[in-house]
Amino acid sequence: MAIAVEMPKMSDTMEEGVLAAWLKEEGQPIAAGDVVAQVETDKATMDLEVYDDGVLLKRVIGEGDAVPIGGLIAILGKEGEDISAILAKYQGGGAAPAPAAAPAAVEEAPAAVAEAPAAAPAASDDSRVKASPLARKLAADHGVNLAGLAGSGPEGRIVKRDVEAAMGGASAPAAASAPAPAAAPAPAETPRPAVQAPAAPVTVPGGTYDAVRISQMRKTIARRLAESKFTNPHFYLTADIDMSEAVAFRGKLNEKAEANGLAKVSFNDLVTKACALGLRQHPWVNASWMEAEGEIRLHHDVHVAIAVAIEDGLVTPVIRNADRKGLSQLAAETRSLAERARNRELQPEDWSGSTFSTSNLGMFGIDEFTAIINPPNACILAIGSIRDVPVVKNGVVVPGKQMKVTLSCDHRVVDGATGAEFLKTVRGYLEDPVTMLL
Amino acid sequence: MAILQFREALRAAMTEEMLRDDRVFLMGEEVAEYNGAYKVSEGMLEQFGPKRIIDTPISENGFCGLGVGAAMSGLRPIIEFMTFNFSFVAIDQIINNAAKIRYMSGGQFSVPIVFRGANGAAGQLAATHNTSTESIYSTIPGLIVIAPSNPDDAKGLLKSAIRNDNPVIFLESEVMFGMKGEVSDEPDYLIPIGKARIAKEGTDVTIVAHSKSYHIAMRVAERLDAQGYSAEVIDPRTIRPLDIDTIVESIKKTNRCVIIDESNPYASISSEITFQIQDRAFDYLDAPIKRITAKDVPAPYAKNLIEYYMPQEEDAYRACLSVMYAK
Repeated sequence: MAIAVEMPKMSDTMEEGVLAAWLKEEGQPIAAGDVVAQVETDKATMDLEVYDDGVLLKRVIGEGDAVPIGGLIAILGKEGEDISAILAKYQGGGAAPAPAAAPAAVEEAPAAVAEAPAAAPAASDDSRVKASPLARKLAADHGVNLAGLAGSGPEGRIVKRDVEAAMGGASAPAAASAPAPAAAPAPAETPRPAVQAPAAPVTVPGGTYDAVRISQMRKTIARRLAESKFTNPHFYLTADIDMSEAVAFRGKLNEKAEANGLAKVSFNDLVTKACALGLRQHPWVNASWMEAEGEIRLHHDVHVAIAVAIEDGLVTPVIRNADRKGLSQLAAETRSLAERARNRELQPEDWSGSTFSTSNLGMFGIDEFTAIINPPNACILAIGSIRDVPVVKNGVVVPGKQMKVTLSCDHRVVDGATGAEFLKTVRGYLEDPVTMLL
Repeated sequence: MAILQFREALRAAMTEEMLRDDRVFLMGEEVAEYNGAYKVSEGMLEQFGPKRIIDTPISENGFCGLGVGAAMSGLRPIIEFMTFNFSFVAIDQIINNAAKIRYMSGGQFSVPIVFRGANGAAGQLAATHNTSTESIYSTIPGLIVIAPSNPDDAKGLLKSAIRNDNPVIFLESEVMFGMKGEVSDEPDYLIPIGKARIAKEGTDVTIVAHSKSYHIAMRVAERLDAQGYSAEVIDPRTIRPLDIDTIVESIKKTNRCVIIDESNPYASISSEITFQIQDRAFDYLDAPIKRITAKDVPAPYAKNLIEYYMPQEEDAYRACLSVMYAK
């Protein structure tokens, strides 16, 4: 019996995967546990192992193709075995192989009024027209072309009210005069854009551009951050922190660290530690708004996510129990996570479960900025650069080292005073860093 | 119209039928001397004497078999289970004898028997005393299953059940016995078996719910009304045969359906209703059918857990909003 290899769910948030690279050829013998391909998910590029012995009979999708979880990737079996049954089984689903099907469907559509787009489930994952049974029937009865409608239901499902809205507009006169099919062709077909276009230069009137395939990571960033920014009522609190003590403290610390063969501590590590200790004292900042559950969660553990820029995106690996870790350990873990993030080696457990996040653009000379909250966190701290500026101390202008941080707060959980008190605690630790060791 | 408790409505139905037909008798644990574990049969021993109101030992398999034999021999027994959880020790008599003898004898015998008593969860009674049995019994061809939600239906349907020539599973509830409601005092008040009741008319979503869940449905419908939505509530009353026509007609109007059912969800009443709706009204559905059921675990004992285990009004309310694509 030939065996289907399906797209596995490799992370909690993954919805589809892109086949990044094939590592085995068709016709090659495979043993259970072999890595046959690499798959790019929304978070990382991961190895695709198979669980059976056999010959790789067919690579169903090409490099760069996306399939949803459960979609067909490859077929294993005995040499020469018939695989048409498996291919047929998956044909209707998300993973139909030939992108060529799409234009054909567009040409056929005007002929058979409303049902045509549905009958031809075209190439890429989401091009099937999703409509409720009632919406389909209404559309068929009234000659409304479903392919031209935007669905207002979940995942773009076209529901009764969408068809009714379309009927109320364009097709009302059609019922009176001409038979239904006449209504269809005219407004119908603006060809759907090919989302999965390859990165090739395109010429349009007025200029050229490169069309870059939207990666899984960019899709996830887009979805999560848009959701956060548009649903969490953000407000921002900025504090200017005197870092002169911290600079001296770090100097001393790193002398000792170096002498003892320990990881050197960065300013970012000091901020992580200060935040972690502050979160312990301010449980409402270490919290999550859980809309579906109807509750606010005050987390018992302090897990700080740190935004790490990587090629074509960013990830947020998590330092677990950051409040209970020493500075040198924090430093070593942060270094290791960032390194693995850049090499795309993070595993789901490395980026899940944060209760708070930080983002640091100080190394780019950014004085201050605001960050978008990383859901389901209630807050994120945006860290700017340490600036040499004149400050007034005891009535005298002296050289100072100042750092601006901006806390983005989800007002559903954190009020102004709550956020301000947390920032005051963080500032207290950074301005007198020895207190972090107490 | 008299205001009666649920238990009084049941008693009125049994009393009237026993006065009308001397072949009817009541048998079960504590039904006679103790006046019924839940006082459903209070005073009936005094009125009808020990030949027709019969206390049994704790021996469900025995007295159910006795009831089936009596029914085959021309009597019309009412068998009371203290709770339907105890019917499981007599399930062979119910499923293999009561339900099948008419079929297997080619119609030579009929089994006019009513098995009645408390069904479903009733608070902190733990896993073995909290089972909803309607999906178990309604899967058996040959059984009629009735689960009324109010005293009036209880009376009218129990009288019809006693007069029916087939075995009837009549499901009541510990927590509803004290519930009061208007009950018809027509002398021959019979509600037809297999006929649903449209408890509230509406246009935007159909809520189907029987027995205790019906009361959740009515509260949800009220909340929806307050929000400007119009919910239709249907109480099937009879689980088998199911009045699917009334449900389908409603869905043709509302295009959406939420089922509240305190059975465990797997292969339950809600599964069956959902199947029948999609089979008969597919083209009228504007949203997937949703159901709110007990959780898919044995009923827990702890107070907070048994409350969580049961169908939640809030979940039902949200399910209604979601099938209307509201919010």
